[in-house]
Amino acid sequence: MKPDELSVIAERESELRKSFTNRINICCSSGCANLGALKVLKAFEDAVKDLGFEKKCKVARTGCLGTCYVGPAVLIEPGDYIYMGVTPEAARQIVNEHIVNGRPVKNFLYASEEYFHKQNRLVMKKAGNIDPLRIEDYIAFGGYSALLKVLTSMTPTEVIANVATSGLRGRGGAGFPTGLKWSLVANAIGTPKYVVANLDEGDPGVFANRTLAEADPNTIIEGITIGAYAVGAELGYIYIRGEYPLGVQTLRKTLDNARSMGFLGKNIFGTPFNFDLELRLGAGAFVAGEETAILASIEGHRATPHPRPPYPANAGLWGKPTLINNVETFGNIPMIILNGGSWFSKIGKEGCTGTKCFSLTGKVKNPGLIEVPMGITLREVVFNIGNGMLEDGKFKAVLAGGPSGGCLPESLLDLSVDYDSLTKAGAIMGSGGIVVIDDKSCMVDTAKFFITFCMEESCGKCTPCRIGLVKVHGILEKITRGEGTLEDLVLLEDMSNFIREGSLCGLGQTAPNPVLTTLRYFRDEYISHIVSKKCPAEKCFREQEKEATET
Amino acid sequence: MNASKMISKDDKRLIMLDAFIRKQQFKKDALIEILHTAQDLFGYLDKDIMLYISKILNLPASHVYGVATFYNFFKLRKSGTHVITVCLGTACYVKGAEEILSVIEREFNIKRGETDTNNRLSLFVTRCIGSCAMAPNVIIDEEVIGRASKEDVLSKIKSVVGVSLIEAG
Repeated sequence: MKPDELSVIAERESELRKSFTNRINICCSSGCANLGALKVLKAFEDAVKDLGFEKKCKVARTGCLGTCYVGPAVLIEPGDYIYMGVTPEAARQIVNEHIVNGRPVKNFLYASEEYFHKQNRLVMKKAGNIDPLRIEDYIAFGGYSALLKVLTSMTPTEVIANVATSGLRGRGGAGFPTGLKWSLVANAIGTPKYVVANLDEGDPGVFANRTLAEADPNTIIEGITIGAYAVGAELGYIYIRGEYPLGVQTLRKTLDNARSMGFLGKNIFGTPFNFDLELRLGAGAFVAGEETAILASIEGHRATPHPRPPYPANAGLWGKPTLINNVETFGNIPMIILNGGSWFSKIGKEGCTGTKCFSLTGKVKNPGLIEVPMGITLREVVFNIGNGMLEDGKFKAVLAGGPSGGCLPESLLDLSVDYDSLTKAGAIMGSGGIVVIDDKSCMVDTAKFFITFCMEESCGKCTPCRIGLVKVHGILEKITRGEGTLEDLVLLEDMSNFIREGSLCGLGQTAPNPVLTTLRYFRDEYISHIVSKKCPAEKCFREQEKEATET
Repeated sequence: MNASKMISKDDKRLIMLDAFIRKQQFKKDALIEILHTAQDLFGYLDKDIMLYISKILNLPASHVYGVATFYNFFKLRKSGTHVITVCLGTACYVKGAEEILSVIEREFNIKRGETDTNNRLSLFVTRCIGSCAMAPNVIIDEEVIGRASKEDVLSKIKSVVGVSLIEAG
């Protein structure tokens, strides 16, 4: 592709888009597809065709709109009308009323305006408006112009300086400054260099990365390619969870398209820059998300981490300098290039700029995929965007950061959502999961649930994590059976701190977080289990009670 | 090369596996991809298939076995005709997936991770399928049931598997 061809395609595509009076976007991401979105898509296509409206109304298959609760979701332009829970029958009605007569169908309209009010969709901006499999749709929205700008008018050093100015921090959870990481790899000695995009979203309860890959895969690919140019890599890998069939399929097709359009391969945009990108499938190992374990897995080994240093920036894939970033981090790159680092640095909070995608789930009325500016409070997330508790339950805690995150109580609802505040409170940003629980959940049982997960997912390489987590699990088991003692709490705390300090990688270092935070904020629940043999949520002891009544 | 007793040389699936390995240029680092393909083709990773892959890639059998057992996604045993997978991700757990799981276990006399004796039903647990807003999720064969209730799931399984099994169980 030649540089001027891009603007020609962009113009042609936006003209084509404007030639339609209406556009019906049907979310066909995993969540909505599970609810029959493909049938709804077919129904819309048929209805529009039957009326002979094909030239006036475009029916498009798109990615996630973020409103996952009552799928399948449909977005109609102009006006951004969102319809929820659309059935094939409703599709026909919507076409007849809304498209033909211009009267929106009230009983299927999504009512909660608050859901979008506090959000700021930047990374997910195009998601839901474009067909992920049509690269031209992406180009119509300015796609690949950041890559063009970088390759034709910026040096790698300028790119890195721009990213550094933006203040962007790694979206994989640890929050390492992206600009700094890029300069480390760029300055590392050794060739070839590699780029790895982490899409191994192993945390149960998190689907932000997958949604981005399914809805707007080109943003990721463009970001990675810019990263490769900045650090001097010619080959990259996207490591995706094997359990995401639609994501895998979407990325495979998009990589092929990008290659045939000339956005990947040799002499991109006629410049001397060569870069190709391959897909690598994970196979269900939580630890593979850790940055040294992901490298082992890409090389075809068991995903066990190794001690750092050496850091992947110096000795990564096959011992060569490797840049590893989360796909969401890469997703931020094109807009930073187009709008400038200082523009980005004004979004969010000082020291923690930009936005973060979260999957908001659990007992809230409006679960879904949200993108919020850094620095928003948990209260706003739960009660404004999430629209409060489901079935008017009583809020108990927010589980932030996945299985190795922390359980934060009501008193911390005004906590700002950013890397530093969350870490200070004992949780982590993780890859972006917020699970809200109500008083029907027992905090000891919740801690046990997370520890069970981390125990099973421990790779077994280092002792504190392998044996420590089994011991912690044993104590929690004892407490939920009503056989715990107050001394156990001291032991639990000691052991957790020991695992945290002694483990080799991030999995072990963060695994005790749920225990430590529940001990810190919900100690009374532990004491109630131990002293009065009562579970405040009436979740534990039930098996024993049943046995007792049976015998 | 002798394939194995369970897979004959002209087995279509084996030919497809060979073609895939060739496409990967016999690269050792493509082992996980190759295991994925083998499992897609054969349904699970039999000892003979793992040995076959180890020979063709010139990798120690222990390495192939080590990788296959490390990752949860790979199955080393044949699954039943019908497969039920209950998601135990955080969002599903919070919304009562554990109870659904125990009810299935009780009703069909089968434990999580197991396949029943006449190979008709397997019950697996997965850690998040990423449909968390639809929690709790249960997958019956290929169909994902979102916002599942105990009653829905039980009647759905019964209709899929047939009543005979339940009587036998």
